[in-house]
Amino acid sequence: MATMTYKTALDEAVAIEMRRDERVFYMSTAVPDGWVEEFGADRVRCSPISENMMTGMALGAAGSGMRPVVNWRATTFTFVAFDQIVNHVAKLRYMVGGQADFPILFRCYYMGGMRTAAQHTQSAYAMFAHVPGLKLVAPSNPADAMGLLRSAIRDNNPVVSFEALRLDGIEGSVPDEHHVPLGAAAIPRRGTDVTLVALGSMVSTALEAADELADEGISVEVIDPRTLVPLDVATIRDSVGATGRLVVADESPPRCSMAAEIITTVVEDADTFGALVAPAKRVTIADVPIPFSPPLEDHVLPGVDAVRTAIRQTMGDE
Amino acid sequence: MNADCKPGELVGLLRTMMVIRRFEERTLELQAAGLVHGAVHPSIGQEAAAVGVCSLLRPEDRLVSTHRGHGHCIAKGADLDRMMAELFGRRDGYCRGKGGSMHVAAFEVGMLGANGIVAGGLPIAAGAALAEMLAGSDNVAVGFFGDGATGEGAFHESMNVSRLWNLPVVWVCENNLYAADTALENTMPTPDAARYAAGYDMPSLIVDGNDVLAVRAAAAEAINRARTGGGPTFLEAKTFRRTQHVVRGAPVPDRRPAEIHAEWLRRDPIDRFSARLAAAGELPDDVLVGVKEDVEQALTAAIAFAAASPFPEPDEAFDGVFGQ
Repeated sequence: MATMTYKTALDEAVAIEMRRDERVFYMSTAVPDGWVEEFGADRVRCSPISENMMTGMALGAAGSGMRPVVNWRATTFTFVAFDQIVNHVAKLRYMVGGQADFPILFRCYYMGGMRTAAQHTQSAYAMFAHVPGLKLVAPSNPADAMGLLRSAIRDNNPVVSFEALRLDGIEGSVPDEHHVPLGAAAIPRRGTDVTLVALGSMVSTALEAADELADEGISVEVIDPRTLVPLDVATIRDSVGATGRLVVADESPPRCSMAAEIITTVVEDADTFGALVAPAKRVTIADVPIPFSPPLEDHVLPGVDAVRTAIRQTMGDE
Repeated sequence: MNADCKPGELVGLLRTMMVIRRFEERTLELQAAGLVHGAVHPSIGQEAAAVGVCSLLRPEDRLVSTHRGHGHCIAKGADLDRMMAELFGRRDGYCRGKGGSMHVAAFEVGMLGANGIVAGGLPIAAGAALAEMLAGSDNVAVGFFGDGATGEGAFHESMNVSRLWNLPVVWVCENNLYAADTALENTMPTPDAARYAAGYDMPSLIVDGNDVLAVRAAAAEAINRARTGGGPTFLEAKTFRRTQHVVRGAPVPDRRPAEIHAEWLRRDPIDRFSARLAAAGELPDDVLVGVKEDVEQALTAAIAFAAASPFPEPDEAFDGVFGQ
């Protein structure tokens, strides 16, 4: 057991796997301090700013026996790599009939609340979720950062990690040899009145809201899916089946969002739908690009107040 | 006449070109008959580039192709039966009926896939080259592309990184003068794609892409450079596609001038090489007849194999999105 920050856990997960497996190498437009010294410049590759090329190279290298880790850095930059992501990485294994596996970890960070305006404040995981062939993780704390990334590197498929820059400095304890299986949700808080599914950066916000609502006598169960694809639908349905209420907190615009997807998986299941005693609600970014000025950004991002309000509404209190 | 060919190898080059030609001619017939599905991008007229380069590759060398990939796949040593079965959409196809003509791949011989996105395969080829370099092997990667690909960012990004990291890769531009139906003067500032190489400080070669031995001689230099740590080479093969860009459904008018067609018909790579071999006494009539019969038999067998292979069960559509 060690105490480390979210950021350290993310990087250390990659370093541990690089120490363990020679086939793992790292490629990004900037590399962590000390890595070139430890692993050599061959395996720690500081790349030109060519995200599409890096993405396709990872695919070609993976199909030739390596296990690349590519850090795109800001999620924003993934959009210039969408040809390789959508047309190649997600589809190549399927299109060639499974002739090879393509084990790759892609990393990127998103940063609501950092005053970086419209381009740099996009979580974007829903766009990736729309494409069959990609696994997606969204760690919300240091232990999951370590455990999910180590599992992702060992997975034989392309996995994309969405990392909340806002959480970089938070500390937490991380067990030794920690692995979190892909596709398994966590339930960081048990409760009986409302199921609050929170994604990535919204988990800490959700837990804060749940604490405050407990003082008002509302018992909130918080679910952190941790993996967005494949989604642990069973854990969410079980919880909603017991509480009868569902709120999803997602730092993304609402339309075609993961929040929308999660609500759909609940309401299309007859048993869980029958258990609902109130309409499901989503707490998301407003349907606008993110503005720069602090009062403007704060107004459109989902915060503790918005989560609390949504839960009170499902309880019929507002 | 050599390009470092051992006895018999010259006829082998001719045979492979003829296999590609007949594979595609038969494919077009089978498409018209409804047995080959979807779009077909023939490389008829361009066989010398595929054969000249691939005849020098090992099975362990990697190759990434384009939408016009049958020739590269055959020249790299793929099994004709499984290729044809793939075009038929059958279970015994290389891709189990998931890819078809535009995505045919044969990983067992290092052929990492045809590709429906222009320049989309080039970063993949660079990555395959990087993997070989990291593994410490002397295998190389080859990335084929057309003149049209030079308009894509993926092309320039791949050229740049290959030189920057000295990757063991050979870039082969099959410049067939038209990006689909658009003439080269509308897509490139110079008629020679190889001139881009200078900007990346990369050695380049321009060859008659319809002369299989010229291609092979240039490829030997480029492949040797890549194998021995010398990094990438840009090899431009000037050629011409005799058929339409894509064949699917009713034929569309060919907008390329008749004179260009006529000129390149005279420079057909198979006719030229046959005549050259015959003139040098390397291709007695009985040998040519034997090769032709052999090629027809191989294709008849491949078509029979494809026709006998079952279609996948519909639920097989759900298999293979992810590996274990």
